[in-house]
Amino acid sequence: MSGGDRVVLDGLRVLALALVAAAGPAVVLARDPLKQTIAVSFYGLLLALMFFVYEAPDVALSQIVVGAVALPLMVLLALVKIRRNQAAQALAAREARRAAGEAP
Amino acid sequence: MSVASVVAHAPYAVAVWLLGWGLYGLVSSRHLVHLVLCLGVVQTSTYVLLTAIGCVGGGVAPVFVPGVDPSVRAVDPVVQAMMLTDVVVEATVVAMLLALVVRVHERTGKLGPDELQALRG
Amino acid sequence: MTSAARMAVFTMALAGLVVALLWAFGALAPVGDVAGAYGQLLNRVATNERNATDVVTAVNFDYRGFDTLGEEFILFASVAGVAMILRPSRRQRFTREQRDAVEHLPGRARYPTSNAVRLMALAMIGLDVVFGIDIVVHGQLTPGGGFQGGVILASAPLLAYLGGDVPTLRRIAPRPLVAMAEGIGAACFVVIGLVGLLAGAAFLENVVPLGPRPPGVLSSGTIALVSLATGLEVSAGFVLLLLTFVEESLQRTSKGEAGGSP
Repeated sequence: MSGGDRVVLDGLRVLALALVAAAGPAVVLARDPLKQTIAVSFYGLLLALMFFVYEAPDVALSQIVVGAVALPLMVLLALVKIRRNQAAQALAAREARRAAGEAP
Repeated sequence: MSVASVVAHAPYAVAVWLLGWGLYGLVSSRHLVHLVLCLGVVQTSTYVLLTAIGCVGGGVAPVFVPGVDPSVRAVDPVVQAMMLTDVVVEATVVAMLLALVVRVHERTGKLGPDELQALRG
Repeated sequence: MTSAARMAVFTMALAGLVVALLWAFGALAPVGDVAGAYGQLLNRVATNERNATDVVTAVNFDYRGFDTLGEEFILFASVAGVAMILRPSRRQRFTREQRDAVEHLPGRARYPTSNAVRLMALAMIGLDVVFGIDIVVHGQLTPGGGFQGGVILASAPLLAYLGGDVPTLRRIAPRPLVAMAEGIGAACFVVIGLVGLLAGAAFLENVVPLGPRPPGVLSSGTIALVSLATGLEVSAGFVLLLLTFVEESLQRTSKGEAGGSP
């Protein structure tokens, strides 16, 4: 490939790496799991962009689908289950207290 | 430190950077789901490293549709094959870890790694 | 160990690790300078030897097919692990009545699925299935293959779940059918490998005729077949993951006690 193309490609590669390096700490520093899920989804897309610029289309394809769709979905479903269990816990605790309060 | 040498060593630096941040997230996490996703960040640092190892200067993607000469310089396909199965499989491993987190929360009601101390039969 | 003490120990350890890693990577050749000999050789001969234009898929399902078999079974085991971990157990802390009562708590926000989401999901399901099958079937020709196409195909029941509700998902992808599909996909991979043994060659060797010469959908022998089997297994595996996580309410058996689906 020509020199000019090489320069553009190198520039794109540095840009992609910079974006990935910026998004990684963002995923870690998002403490709330719900916000972190959105960050992870976007991070997956940035990684796919990086794979694409580094001439790895197969990997980019699987990363897009897995990292931006399947992974955040599973995290969200796990969070839904946890939230329901938390609500059920609160309900059970309230019922136990009511039963203890009623029994003299 | 020419521009070319920075470009050439940048992927390694980014891999170490992501590994460091992922490990920090693992150690300082206060929520088990956050911990699992930080483990995902550590996994992505290995992807960056593998991409760098497989990269060939001036190489094109290893897909030689009819019309492309197979002897043109191309990127390493073995490393890409490794990465591609890796990406899909690690997602299911993360799913298994999430299932464990849900179970632990169901049994103990606690979601913080610090609060899970004693093992009970 | 207190949190502060743990952070102090960790900071020291991380500093040491980072220094060691940067020193090690500094000694590596600059990115792009070293071209692995195995990779370069495969790039040159794979198109002719296996009649496949996508060398990465050929490497995945033929040259390093045994490694991919191992990876696929990691996926299989993880899905089985999730199904086992999240199976309904008798020692649940909350009864089914308590869990159902949570649904009807006053003040709990109920957001109906918006019409926009439903329309988009409905419109995308057909496209998604066709695209997924296209990626799986053309795996040996263009970037794609069983893994990528399988995950794309698994998104179709996911879209049905997003645009509809859980009973819709259960009707589109009933659990026994999906589990059977996953098993069949994984078994086909092994069977294709055994076909190589039966033909007198090695396990997973490409003994099926290589197909028409300008590579088409039927070319590259076992690579296409293994790609199809992998596509089936991966898509069924991810749908099974989705179903396991979505299984909120336990199904009542005829005996009246709560039991889960297999």
